Amino acid sequence: MDLSFTEDELAFRDEVRAFLRSAVPADIREKLISGRYPSKEDKIRWTRILAEKGWSVPQWPVEYGGTGWSPVKQYIFSEEISQTPAPEPAGSGYDLGGPIIYTFGNEAQKKRFLPRIVTLEDWWAQGFSEPGAGSDLASLNTRAIRENDHYIVNGQKTWITGAQYADWIFCLVRTDPAAKKRQQGISFLLIDLTSPGVTVRPIKLIDGEHEVSEIFFEDVRVPVENLVGEENRGWEYAKILLGNERYSITYVGISKLRIQRIKDLAERTRVGGERLIDRADFREKVAAIEIQLKALELTQLRALTNQSKRQKGTPDPAGSILKIKGSEVQQAIAELLMDVVGPYALPYQSEEDLQNNEPPIGPEWAATIAPAYFNVRKVPIYGGSDEIQKNIIAKVVLGL
Amino acid sequence: MDFHLSEEQQLLKDSIERLMRDCYGSDARHKYHGEQGGFSEQMWARYAELGLLGQPFSEAHGGFDGGPVEMMIVMEALGKALILEPYFATVVLAGGILRRAASEVQKAELIPLIAQGRMKLALACAEPQSRYDLFDVETRAKKDGDGWVLNGVKSLVLHGEAADRIVVSARTAGDAREKNGIGLFPVRSDAPGVVRRGYPTQDGLRGAEITLENVRVQALDVIGDPAAAYPVIARVADEAVAALCAEAVGCFGEMQATTLDYIKTRKQFGSPIGSFQVLQHRAVDMLIELEQSRSMAMYATMMVGETDASERERAISAAKVQIGHSAKAIGQQSIQLHGAIGMTMEYRVGHYFKRVAMIDKLFGDTDHHLRRLAALGGLIGRQASSSRCSRNLEEPVRATL
Ligand SMILES: Cc1cc2nc3c(=O)[nH]c(=O)nc-3n(C[C@H](O)[C@H](O)[C@H](O)COP(=O)(O)OP(=O)(O)OC[C@H]3O[C@@H](n4cnc5c(N)ncnc54)[C@H](O)[C@@H]3O)c2cc1C
Repeated sequence: MDLSFTEDELAFRDEVRAFLRSAVPADIREKLISGRYPSKEDKIRWTRILAEKGWSVPQWPVEYGGTGWSPVKQYIFSEEISQTPAPEPAGSGYDLGGPIIYTFGNEAQKKRFLPRIVTLEDWWAQGFSEPGAGSDLASLNTRAIRENDHYIVNGQKTWITGAQYADWIFCLVRTDPAAKKRQQGISFLLIDLTSPGVTVRPIKLIDGEHEVSEIFFEDVRVPVENLVGEENRGWEYAKILLGNERYSITYVGISKLRIQRIKDLAERTRVGGERLIDRADFREKVAAIEIQLKALELTQLRALTNQSKRQKGTPDPAGSILKIKGSEVQQAIAELLMDVVGPYALPYQSEEDLQNNEPPIGPEWAATIAPAYFNVRKVPIYGGSDEIQKNIIAKVVLGL
Repeated sequence: MDFHLSEEQQLLKDSIERLMRDCYGSDARHKYHGEQGGFSEQMWARYAELGLLGQPFSEAHGGFDGGPVEMMIVMEALGKALILEPYFATVVLAGGILRRAASEVQKAELIPLIAQGRMKLALACAEPQSRYDLFDVETRAKKDGDGWVLNGVKSLVLHGEAADRIVVSARTAGDAREKNGIGLFPVRSDAPGVVRRGYPTQDGLRGAEITLENVRVQALDVIGDPAAAYPVIARVADEAVAALCAEAVGCFGEMQATTLDYIKTRKQFGSPIGSFQVLQHRAVDMLIELEQSRSMAMYATMMVGETDASERERAISAAKVQIGHSAKAIGQQSIQLHGAIGMTMEYRVGHYFKRVAMIDKLFGDTDHHLRRLAALGGLIGRQASSSRCSRNLEEPVRATL
């Protein structure tokens, strides 16, 4: 057991750090520091910079544009990404769709889609949930009926993150309603969002942002070549993908950055005649979250370094532990920021307001804090709710 | 001891709830939100008709002599409907100042106008640096001939844009953060030198930052002693907290009921999600929180008239802390148990969630009040000094709740 990095890892860290520092456009970095969202254009710009360096899809196999880094190096990279800060290598294409395509897709699909994910030429969305199929995803109803060399797709997907930006969507669709088990009648389809019959309707969330959309499919013709793997085996593929998703929403790096920010802001904030940071009860609250975050970081490292020993392609219950704890830490941090900002949580100032050159209302850092508290409610819901993760652990790990 | 409402109080409750049921559904609220000023003038007139705007004022000025219990009833009902109108700003805040400190002449001039719905007010008692310390006043009032001249910045003035007059706290003497030397100055919102920058707040209501540049106020308009108004502000702040606690309980009740309904009807895995034991326990936790916060809102109501400052403040702080905890517990669970739909603007629970999160930030957040309560010795034991029975109420409390 040893916590320290090897010579080689240290050199790697220095290289990553130096590169990131010089490569991240200042405006994007500024947005991340102040807790605002990078735009689609920002993400594309950044992904192309990373792609140039060969780092835009670091976790992928080398043959598809990945880096072949060890888990420790992957960790160092994401640590440096969040400390710089720089945007994560972005998009559902990188962490969700791509891995399914290179694991279960055919050669033609790999050739066609993967390079365009590496440079973010195609923006992908994830089309799993439906109004009636949330936690119980296997009850999904979107129907795909084969007609010669096309599937005709009808149905509705909802809560699709970033659908307004997306060019493509990977969907779970029902191809065999008569299958013995519901899970066995589901297929994994790649659908071009510009196809006739696709309608995207935005949904506004309580933070005022248009983060998700619902998508209606009406007689949408999808070429059979866009079926991933075998018909009616989509559920198996999806299960693996959901395991990956859980790893990716732990967000240890971003949480560290937020804690740093909390401390910086508490130095600038005066409460009852003293600096907030000088109050012991406040520092204790921060420390208590730091402990949870450190434990989570180590748990994640243990899981990551173990991953190579696990059988490839099987779902991983450790992801559920990381997801739950990551969700709790992110919520605690959002609440603590509310404690820091105090009454200036109240004014609602949209991105446009802030860009209109009028001085901000209250401290310039205040505007994003309440919306972030509202928005973090999603974390225990999405990626499989925290309750569902606990059900999984109870069943798979504890055998209950 | 009696926690029941009197017949009259029950009537009041029924009549407001009826009005709200008829006129304040989700669609109506959405429509009012889009109206000029972000609320409904028509509803304001209805409140006047029903006597809500005159509720806490004396009959001599066209009011109804309502006490803390009546205010609790009104605020809970308004919270339940998630109203947009400046009731709290006009009646509880600025109205509270008038009730406690205005002269007979001032009351006779202003209160009938408020009660009839012809005048809206706001209270500007916070500043950018003051956070929750309302004695931290840097805005200055300088004597000038037979009047005063005000200069400074007031922040987070609830419904400051809608107000015809704004009651401003300003320093006439002493250093920043001194409790002495603060006065209350009603400023006409169209007076020269008043600049209001209005904005929406996170919960769909309105606030304003107000800059005062050489704003003149006549001596006879000043409310109370221009050098000793802080105790009035502190009293009104305690009343504000009691009112907010009742409003929050109204929100909690709706969140709890809506969520319970939802988990009984939403089906996943072939069953209503309310049949899963883990969610049943969450639903029970929500009910427990609701009852605890209702108890503490009643406690605040019954103690808000207490003249012993320490007794009163400890009770008020305790209630605000409970409400702050419940706002998280009930608010977060109500969204969690709904899943993604609970996070949408189109669905009602999210709006309650935001309102109660903002209530926590008004007139002292959970940390602030926990600290105040602890500094005052808590609620129980020798350190908490006098006991509940030796309370000293200024008006006989018709606290039959
Ligand atoms: C911001 C956001 C972004 C999203 N992005 C996407 C996306 O890009 N693509 C996509 O496909 N989906 C996306 N989702 C949808 C997300 O995956 C679902 O919201 C989630 O699976 C929960 O489903 P639901 O909302 O229908 O809630 P429900 O399944 O109806 O659950 C409601 C409540 O019941 C609980 N519950 C349900 N079943 C059980 C059980 N058996 N035991 C205990 N508790 C239970 C849940 O935990 C939850 O608390 C997103 C959601 C959000 C909020």
